[in-house]
Amino acid sequence: MTGLEIGGRALSSRLILGTGGFRNLEVMAAAARESGAELATVAMRRVDPSARGSIVEVLTETGLEVLPNTAGCFTARDAVTTARLAREALGSDWVKLEVIGDDRTLLPDPGELLAAAEELVSDGFTVLPYTNDDPILARRLEDAGCAAVMPLGSPIGSGMGINNAYNLRLIVEAAGVPVVLDAGIGTASDAALAMESGCDAVLLASAISRAADPVAMARAMRKAVEAGFEAREAGRIPRRLHARASSPEEGLAELTQN
Amino acid sequence: MTHVILNGETRDLPEHSTVDSAVRAAGAPENGRGVAVALDGAVVPRGEWLTTELREGQQVEVLHAVQGGA
Repeated sequence: MTGLEIGGRALSSRLILGTGGFRNLEVMAAAARESGAELATVAMRRVDPSARGSIVEVLTETGLEVLPNTAGCFTARDAVTTARLAREALGSDWVKLEVIGDDRTLLPDPGELLAAAEELVSDGFTVLPYTNDDPILARRLEDAGCAAVMPLGSPIGSGMGINNAYNLRLIVEAAGVPVVLDAGIGTASDAALAMESGCDAVLLASAISRAADPVAMARAMRKAVEAGFEAREAGRIPRRLHARASSPEEGLAELTQN
Repeated sequence: MTHVILNGETRDLPEHSTVDSAVRAAGAPENGRGVAVALDGAVVPRGEWLTTELREGQQVEVLHAVQGGA
């Protein structure tokens, strides 16, 4: 699988891993390795002196690069500050921008999201916004200079898959930057469908981290993303209402005596 | 003593304490690697930790990366 470039950077894996929900760093590292992902999201939180191990070190040792997010921010202002703190702490000017509207749905707040994206782009960040499955908002984010758009399939952690395939198609059709399906993936077929629908990559965490066997699910997701992408490139057959025989109709034996 | 709110808790730090001492008081690793500081909501670049003195009542957030995302 080749050809994905985000923000001027070539990525060989079309799976981006979120690191939320793994029961410990060992399982996370094993799943990350199996997923083939090159980028993994992290969140910025208060230093906890009792915490064991450094996620950045573990990811780096596993060969992944860290993609800081702004999870937990409800305003553009908090998200912008969090991105700047992440840049200071991690030395990365990439940010997965999340600005959430409420706790119950964790859906993005479009106005705050767009405002934060504009400010961070002008501050030199490579901005990857987690957005609603709204084609107009996706276009506005692209116009603001975002390096990708990352529409949700369904709410974060819901495992509901792709709820609005039509909107996703409109986003993919119009986008001039990579489209990363972010949030809502429940199982392998959801990830394959995202890729078949034209997405350039998939970002997921819970589907792997909260699976009964996260490492096995990471492997399944790697295959699903690859399979979905390759199937799309291969060109699927059109859907037909009626059957179409695949064996020749000529040369058929006459076996019934009249 | 200077009272500050360090990561949500009221703390008494010696007079003329700097952001650098707050980072240590918060329990961050000695070298401060992977850590960032917001003072009253504004980022304090690492190069200014030793020279930025804390004032009474200021809010100090000392953050690092944790598991999270989607």
